[in-house]
Amino acid sequence: MLRGRLRSSLRGWGGVAAMAVACALTAVFALLLPLTQARGDGSTGQGGQGVAEGAQVKADDCNPEASLRPSPNDGPYVEDIKKRGYLTVGVDQNSYRWGYRDPNKSESKLEGFDIDLVHAIAEEILGPEPDIRFRAVPTNQRIPAIKNGDVDMVVRTMTITCDRLDDVAFSTAYFKTGQQVLAPKNSDITGYNKTLKDKKVCSAKSSTAEDELEKNSFGADTSTKVPNQLDCLVRLQLGEVDAVVTDGALAASQAAQDPTVMLMGEPFTEEYYGVAMKREAEDLVRRVNQVLVDYRKGDWQASYEDWLADVPGMADTAEPPAPEYSD
Amino acid sequence: MTYPPNGGAAPPGPALPTMLAIPPQPGASPAPAGPSGPLAAVPSRRTAWSEGVDRLRTAATTEPGRLRIIGAVLALLVVAFGAVATWEMSERSAAADDVLNRSQPLSRDAADIYRSLADANTAASSGFLAGGQEPAEVIDRYEKDIRTASEKLATASANSGSDPASAAAIAKLNKLLPEYTGLIERARANNRQGLPLGGAYLRYANDKMQTMLDAAEQLYKEENERLRADYDDATPYPWAAIGIGALALGALVWAQRRNYHRTNRVFNHGLVAATAASAVVLLWLLVGHTVARAGLDDSYDHGVRSLNVLNDARIASLKARGNENMTLVSRGAETREVGDVPKDKFDLEYQSQMEQLGGAEGSTGLLGTAASLADDAAGREPVAEAIENVKDWKDRHKKARGEDDSGNYEGALKKVIGARDQDPTDESFENVDDALENALEYEQQEFKLAAQDGRNAMTGLPVGAAVLAVLGAAAAVLGIGRRLSEYR
Repeated sequence: MLRGRLRSSLRGWGGVAAMAVACALTAVFALLLPLTQARGDGSTGQGGQGVAEGAQVKADDCNPEASLRPSPNDGPYVEDIKKRGYLTVGVDQNSYRWGYRDPNKSESKLEGFDIDLVHAIAEEILGPEPDIRFRAVPTNQRIPAIKNGDVDMVVRTMTITCDRLDDVAFSTAYFKTGQQVLAPKNSDITGYNKTLKDKKVCSAKSSTAEDELEKNSFGADTSTKVPNQLDCLVRLQLGEVDAVVTDGALAASQAAQDPTVMLMGEPFTEEYYGVAMKREAEDLVRRVNQVLVDYRKGDWQASYEDWLADVPGMADTAEPPAPEYSD
Repeated sequence: MTYPPNGGAAPPGPALPTMLAIPPQPGASPAPAGPSGPLAAVPSRRTAWSEGVDRLRTAATTEPGRLRIIGAVLALLVVAFGAVATWEMSERSAAADDVLNRSQPLSRDAADIYRSLADANTAASSGFLAGGQEPAEVIDRYEKDIRTASEKLATASANSGSDPASAAAIAKLNKLLPEYTGLIERARANNRQGLPLGGAYLRYANDKMQTMLDAAEQLYKEENERLRADYDDATPYPWAAIGIGALALGALVWAQRRNYHRTNRVFNHGLVAATAASAVVLLWLLVGHTVARAGLDDSYDHGVRSLNVLNDARIASLKARGNENMTLVSRGAETREVGDVPKDKFDLEYQSQMEQLGGAEGSTGLLGTAASLADDAAGREPVAEAIENVKDWKDRHKKARGEDDSGNYEGALKKVIGARDQDPTDESFENVDDALENALEYEQQEFKLAAQDGRNAMTGLPVGAAVLAVLGAAAAVLGIGRRLSEYR
């Protein structure tokens, strides 16, 4: 009898203990959850960063691509740059054809489509052979770097979105892209459609691609998530995944590194890259827009020809997106 | 009564059973065979024990009977002493031999595997940073590391025995090593073409290496535990032998005292010889084992412990170096949030490894422990050198990061892998690595000398104890036989 009572009271305490443990675990998870989610850093230019919906959902009268009208006049920010004599730009060093360093070139200078644009802007503000200080900024440090004033601008395959407009100002759009599927040439995947069914698809953590696949994966296995979009190409080459979803511009950069893969189908979202600057730097934004007006007249196409035209799946020729202005 | 078989120089082994089995009361023989079976079987058989006790009781009523019992007990005690001493000391001696020739070399091999892998990863990232055409010496270093790792893995595999944890770690390493080298080759091929994809492959390989390093660390720990277990088998005092030895000596002294009181003869040569033999064995046992134990303890405290800390330090410095390289390879491709601020994953790793290696100042942490464990100037010197170079390394690293953060990647690269006149961190790292290698070599030597001293102190003890005990028992039997013959 005593033993029975002991057992039942133990059982009672066991229940209490179990509940306490359950409560503690819940608390721990609740504490850890935001942390783990926040940790999913995007890194090398995976464009969207999970806020790209703003670009498509233009409901609350936000037109993200509309920027300030161009002006060639100097303001306080432009004057500041001129006075100090150099321009600090946040760029990527790992995006082939956009911003990267070729280890085999003697001075291993940065080069790519984004870098050409930086040169154009710097030359316009500072004159020929300008002093440019490139800083490699990880994807999730792009906005803080601008806000803290670590860089004057970020030219780094950065998508213009309404959410980002709360923190930074964008130039007019300089490149149109969209999420796209990349797969081996002999694959039976034809694009973002039902051919993805039962295929393993890779995306970068907390990228637009990840969000889109979450919304509709066409029955694909999307469990492979990597820190950086380029890691997806590694997984693809190793046969760990069958396809990659990332934005078209970066998918092109991947395809340029591996002639056996290509872009499949059309982009299934619409995104625009812009030059990001401090919100207060109105004069600098207008000045960059002025540069872009001229840049679109021929230099843009030349740069496209140099870096992107030969990439399988990219059009041989392209035109820059037309600027939109908000004022 | 007849005692002739014992009169001669009968070997003491058989002496025991002879004395017990031959006595002339066949009916009371403890063995179930013989006439006792049919005699006592009918109602309920008496146990051999009670029959034996009865027989002893009968024998104890006469002096010759008593003498025979005393002789038997003395011989038994001395032989038992010898047997237990031999058994305990051969176990200890074998364990000491294992420490020296099996478990420590295996622990060293495991440390080598661990270190080679970390070193290979560091070499791979150094070569990568140098561009598409990797310097020959970096490639050599990488190749040598991979070779060492696979050779030592084969040895470890052959010796892992029935330890499932070691076997699992070895199996894992055997599976991952070719995967890793495959990824490195792909990274090289892409880097040679100037494609950033090479960096992505290198990061993937680096990730894989972290899993491998965990397995290697596991193996290293298992081997260290095995070493510790061998030490634990080699060092405890042989209490059973000491106890029985003391008992045998006490009994011998008592028998001689009794003899003296009964016969007024001071010495019984046989018993004196038996006493001397037992005393020698006991003394040998005590001194030999104490010396051996001192040597082994010394080899553990000043050898193994130093070696462990130095190995950990060397691996921490290798990991820190690898991460320093990876910071420049990945160029911000992977970040981790600290509080709310995203920081470069590899730089964070570097910081934490350096913290482990030398603490905040460079002179605490593992190196601080190594310095405090080093028991002489020759051991302290290389550790002090490592500490100095770690301080340099940290300063130089700060400068390199400064260059990189201000956008001068080329400058940062020069400060990390550049020529010697640029004061690259590479130089500091190499100095740390060399100093730690010297320290390890020195401590390995220290270990070996002390452990050899320990093991050698036990040499001959098991055999010696056995031989002396047999002689002692024989002498005791002879001595008692001499007395018994007076009753003929």
